[in-house]
Amino acid sequence: MSLKNTACIAGAYEHPIRRADDKSVAQLHAEVARGALADAGLTIKDVDGYFCAGDAPGLGAMSMVDYLGLKLRHVDSTETGGSSYVVHVAHAAAAIAAGRCNVALITLAGRPKAEGMATGTAPRNYGAAPDVPFELPYAPTTVNMYGMAAMRHMHEHGTTSEQLAWIRVAASHHAQHNPHAMVREVVTVKDVVGSPMIADPLHRLDCCVISDGGGALVVVRPEIARSLKRPVVNVIGTGEYLRNQSGGKVDLLTTGAAWTGKAAFAEAGVKPADIQYASIYDSFTITVLLTLEDLGFCAKGQGGRFVSDGNLIAGTGKLPFNTDGGGLCNNHPGNRGGMTKVIEAVRQLRGEAHPKVQVPNCRLALAHGTGGSLGTRHGSATLILERA
Amino acid sequence: MSLTIGRRQMPAPTVYPEAKPFWDAAAEGKLLVKRCDDCGEHHHYPRDGCPFCGSLNTQWRPAKGEGNVYSFSIMRRAEVPYVVAYVTLAEGPTMMTNIVDADADTIRIGQRVVVRFQPSDGGPPLPVFVPA
Repeated sequence: MSLKNTACIAGAYEHPIRRADDKSVAQLHAEVARGALADAGLTIKDVDGYFCAGDAPGLGAMSMVDYLGLKLRHVDSTETGGSSYVVHVAHAAAAIAAGRCNVALITLAGRPKAEGMATGTAPRNYGAAPDVPFELPYAPTTVNMYGMAAMRHMHEHGTTSEQLAWIRVAASHHAQHNPHAMVREVVTVKDVVGSPMIADPLHRLDCCVISDGGGALVVVRPEIARSLKRPVVNVIGTGEYLRNQSGGKVDLLTTGAAWTGKAAFAEAGVKPADIQYASIYDSFTITVLLTLEDLGFCAKGQGGRFVSDGNLIAGTGKLPFNTDGGGLCNNHPGNRGGMTKVIEAVRQLRGEAHPKVQVPNCRLALAHGTGGSLGTRHGSATLILERA
Repeated sequence: MSLTIGRRQMPAPTVYPEAKPFWDAAAEGKLLVKRCDDCGEHHHYPRDGCPFCGSLNTQWRPAKGEGNVYSFSIMRRAEVPYVVAYVTLAEGPTMMTNIVDADADTIRIGQRVVVRFQPSDGGPPLPVFVPA
């Protein structure tokens, strides 16, 4: 069944906090839930479907549903890392289409900064996962795993650090206009390649920020969206995919976006060239480059050329991306950036992005999430959204 | 400037029953890979069932212990810098590992490497690779 036009995003809210020393994770979830519902013009009593992922504390959905006092008909706690919330929008649309709920609430929150987590520079232990004994002893940090993808892209396609740097440069141009962004300083290619090397070939400014906070979305049946006072944003294309080491047939240059892009564009009936604004998950600069290629914005291997010379900067470039400053400069709440990708796409379609970065008459936008690690296993999800 | 990569302390891998033969062989300095008798494919990390065709007819096979660097990344922000790499074995599968006993700045994608075994902290030794 196609999910095209089966549901609308009626509420979106990004927590303004970037360091949450004095709040619990559950509290942050509740604050973003209230924010998104207020944005939609709904209340917690209207919610009959709830979606959360691995960042929800305790028993996940069971703990949060209790804490929020939700009375539900439908629940889904699909966990695909930072892409989870992009997946959740598609799952919410499917649940609405199947008659299982009318008003779906999706929440994300985390506080890695307050907890002092070494997000990218210490290897993560995934416990009893069967792959752990064959990976963890080698101390692969998140930066190493994305670094290996970048190294291979440079080897096969001649991509340079300067080309990757353009992605950060574009994000910084957008972040200067966002009063909530963690880093608002406009940087140059020289600044990026001159910043300290974290794990070859990725420099500090190739890496996203670490921030606390969160975000929430409200996905509703189209009739409900039309009855509310907000601009109607239709879900018209969706795709989700899990990618891994494929039993040892490792290919670091093809991300899950190669599958999710095809699925989402086919469902929406549009082409990459039709997209006016793109939110692209930007845990690292290389994440953006590979995703743009795999979604079909340019051919494989041409990503370096595509992102260069300000091509991603709103107002001057062909494909304005991450106009909130993205994970690279604005916010990467709970180390999970999929939520903020959808939120900025909704702002663009409503005409509510900052005037300096607003795409004129933005009707068609894409949001893409990448969770986990490109180098080992990751979840990908693509959404195509259209303003009614 | 050269950056010599020595050997750091490696934590012990958890030995699950399914992969015990791999670690027993490692203790004898031998690298094993799993091969499927039905589809003929080798895979890594080792599982009971073939991840390509689902068959349970998988066998342990000795690997030559040779391969090429598929990609690598130098972790400079560590007390003892180290090199994380994927090495593509002569038998086909690509495995995560560390490159050791090398000058980090001379490591290249495609470079030939051979296996060595390095003690872990209280567990079986781990396969690592050195330039051939």
